Amino acid sequence: MTYALEISALEKTYKGGFQALKGIDLTVEQGDFFALLGPNGAGKSTSIGVITSLVNKTGGKVKVFGYDIDTDLEKAKSFIGLVPQEFNFSQFEPLVNILVNQAGYYGVSKPVAIQRAEKYLKQLELWDKRDEPARSLSGGMKRRLMIARALMHEPQMLILDEPTAGVDIELRRSMWDFLKALNEQGITIILTTHYLEEAEMLCRNIAIIDGGEIVEDTSMKKLLAQLDVETFVFDLQVNLTLSTLTQFAEQSQSIAYRVIDDHTLEVDLNKSQNLNQIFEQLNAANIEVLSMRNKSNRLEALFIRLINKKSSATKAKQQSAVVGAN
Amino acid sequence: MNNSIALKSILTKEIQRFTRIWIQTLVPPAITISLYFVIFGSLIGSRIGEMGGFDYMSFIVPGLIMMSVITNSYSNVASSFFSAKWQRNVEEMLVAPVPNWVIVAGYVGGGMCRGILVGLIVTLVSLFFVDIQLHNIWVIIATVTLTSATFALGGLINAIFANSFDDISIIPTFILTPLTYLGGVFYSISLLPEFWQGVSQVNPIVYMVNAFRYGFLGISDVSLVTAFAVIIFFIVTLFTVAMVLISKGIGLRS
Repeated sequence: MTYALEISALEKTYKGGFQALKGIDLTVEQGDFFALLGPNGAGKSTSIGVITSLVNKTGGKVKVFGYDIDTDLEKAKSFIGLVPQEFNFSQFEPLVNILVNQAGYYGVSKPVAIQRAEKYLKQLELWDKRDEPARSLSGGMKRRLMIARALMHEPQMLILDEPTAGVDIELRRSMWDFLKALNEQGITIILTTHYLEEAEMLCRNIAIIDGGEIVEDTSMKKLLAQLDVETFVFDLQVNLTLSTLTQFAEQSQSIAYRVIDDHTLEVDLNKSQNLNQIFEQLNAANIEVLSMRNKSNRLEALFIRLINKKSSATKAKQQSAVVGAN
Repeated sequence: MNNSIALKSILTKEIQRFTRIWIQTLVPPAITISLYFVIFGSLIGSRIGEMGGFDYMSFIVPGLIMMSVITNSYSNVASSFFSAKWQRNVEEMLVAPVPNWVIVAGYVGGGMCRGILVGLIVTLVSLFFVDIQLHNIWVIIATVTLTSATFALGGLINAIFANSFDDISIIPTFILTPLTYLGGVFYSISLLPEFWQGVSQVNPIVYMVNAFRYGFLGISDVSLVTAFAVIIFFIVTLFTVAMVLISKGIGLRS
């Protein structure tokens, strides 16, 4: 099977000796919606830089749809559309020119490029601005312009490096819908983001990178299944007093309730428990539930745990090295 | 992959860039050259008399046109490519399957277009001051084309190494301008003492100006064959250097 992206033993050491990538291995299947997460400076952008040939690797292999970037760079590049983290278009050129020129770099003829520019500018609600210089756009518009630009050659794989950074929630959600639709058309999407809710909502598979190493590479489902405890918040009909609720919570042996106020209960649910048990107890106490939600982002909890685990392991390694040296 | 479309895209973008800011790119050379004609041609030139068998104004016209071509083809590529690096839109080309020679040819082509267009403007302006003679149009076309290519390549290499806007003005100020003024624009190098004639022979601009002047007036301080050999040598060398720098990603890839 040909992977959309196949990375093996990828290394990057910058001038000055900083090792940004320490031999990472990663595969992304065709048609996947893949999240590459990690804290700042973990190596996400360097990895993307190497894949898109903006960064020279110092070791390892990268294949894009089976094409090795060492031997078939131009072919490999033709499969990729990149939405970088920083704005990197000419601020003085009109939007249409930016898009048509970009298509031209991929060998797309001008008449076709003009049609595509119209299509994507309309889809991303930028058509009214088509003749304006890019510098006149708002931050959110600039992000959408970069998405339109990345699609001009109709790539098989779209790489988005924090595409929704600084974008308001309404716009972010419309961008999610747009990306989901692209993925449904068969485009492989690789996403880096700091909004973990975004990754959880959109992505099927996930890799977490930290300190230039992959610390987790699995499906989103499997990763979320690692959660031992989830916290749920119950919004209640206000028909009981605070003291009645507190008494109910204290009497419960099997489930740990926390009373937040006279209409909010929180409960930590571990893997051996299920929601039916809670609802049975609430029903028995005549507590009416209006709505229920997760208290915190589930992926966020796991992400922090994995990163902390890695940093504790590194510290322990460093301490044992110091002890050994002494 | 259709490289001709990619080349056309870069070239179109470059031409659109300098025509969009024509007040900064096309008008100043016309004003500067008019001042040269008024000062060196009419006021001082009339007292100098003949140079190389022609009146001074006719003698300096080819050199002044060539000076504009050199300056503009160089500065166009230097500023445009550095600006693309600075705004990071050079990455648009680097991530695309554009061969390195297409990037070089596109930017150099853009620089040549501006250099030649400015050369035409300056030639038209000079018609107000002097009757231009034509000795060999093909030598004129060949010289202006190759010279603009040489300096456009120079501008590209300057921009690749540049880290700030100051870095793209150092070479024109401290190297290009002195070489141009000492390149026989305003005088025949045969007037110089023997030692300085020898020194002038290592200045490539001497060959370009003289070949160009030959096209107009039929006179030259150097042989045409030598002049074209020198220009082609510089083009091949600079093109090779530019290709190596871009393929290694110097100043472009981390």
